[in-house]
Amino acid sequence: MRIPDSQALILVLIMAAITFLVRMLPFLLFPGNKETPPYIVYLGKVLPFAIIGMLVVYCLKNVQITQFPFGLPELIATVAIVAVHIWKRNTLLSIGGGTIFYMFLVQVVFH
Amino acid sequence: MRKKALKAAFPHTLPVMAGYLFLGLGFGILLESKGFSFIWAFFMSIIIYAGSMQYAAIDLLAGGAGYLYTAMMTLIIQIRHLFYGLSLIEKYKTAGKRKVLLIHELTDETYSLVCSCDPPEDVDPNLFYLFISMLDHSYWVIGCTAGALLGSMVHFNTNGIDFVMTALFIVIFTNQWLEQKDHRPALIGVICSAVCLVLFGPDRFIIPAMVSIALILTVFRKSLEKEDTKHADS
Repeated sequence: MRIPDSQALILVLIMAAITFLVRMLPFLLFPGNKETPPYIVYLGKVLPFAIIGMLVVYCLKNVQITQFPFGLPELIATVAIVAVHIWKRNTLLSIGGGTIFYMFLVQVVFH
Repeated sequence: MRKKALKAAFPHTLPVMAGYLFLGLGFGILLESKGFSFIWAFFMSIIIYAGSMQYAAIDLLAGGAGYLYTAMMTLIIQIRHLFYGLSLIEKYKTAGKRKVLLIHELTDETYSLVCSCDPPEDVDPNLFYLFISMLDHSYWVIGCTAGALLGSMVHFNTNGIDFVMTALFIVIFTNQWLEQKDHRPALIGVICSAVCLVLFGPDRFIIPAMVSIALILTVFRKSLEKEDTKHADS
């Protein structure tokens, strides 16, 4: 039995409200009508590169390298995606093909 | 004017379309398997609109988590969005009333598009960013809802489908790497996060990672900024 709709609704609203607040906060702290401090402008320039790096790590955070399959499906799929992407530069192919390849690895090869 | 902006925005969103439809499908199928119909998938994809958060939400809803726990979890998972706003203060400065929608639709993927895509000269940048945001959101809503509908009709082995998100970021990372001469910000992001992951574990590393990234970028500001202008000159 799942939780009642009313309780689920409150949970969804909490998640939505906090998500929006976090997204909104920087704009409240540095309103557009004032000059943004140069330090913040600098962070805005370099952060995108650092954050994407962080997000890659974030996506792979639950990989267990000490027990079977030792992170091999993730490693093989990652290498394949980077290689195919450098070779073909086709984003759809890299993402779609990479995911299907990974699903094949975890469902069939490293089952 | 609007048509032009839409036409300019659409091609940039194609990779996200693939990712979101796929990732949304996975979400809808999983959510449906826990007893929540497509109406929930539709509703959540509109008002929460966050990939990793909605996947976490499936567990929270299925387990009937407490309100405070849910609030904390949301904060921890979403806290990285603080950085996105920081980088877009300048870009969204003139957006006016549309800003609320732009901010609500500021996901990881939309953020990376808005950062990396420049509108053509004859297109209103605000409309361009708005269309990118709205197109991405519509793909997500379609994917999530279709997934839940599909899940109620057919059963499949979805094991591994959430790797689509990883694949998306790997591709963005590769693109940035190929386009940038200065790889230090990207390396700082990866190394700080990896070190924090080892030190703090998967459930607690995000905040230390963000702090250390901000700290190192601040300490090496002079050197990183110098490199930046050098590239601009050449």
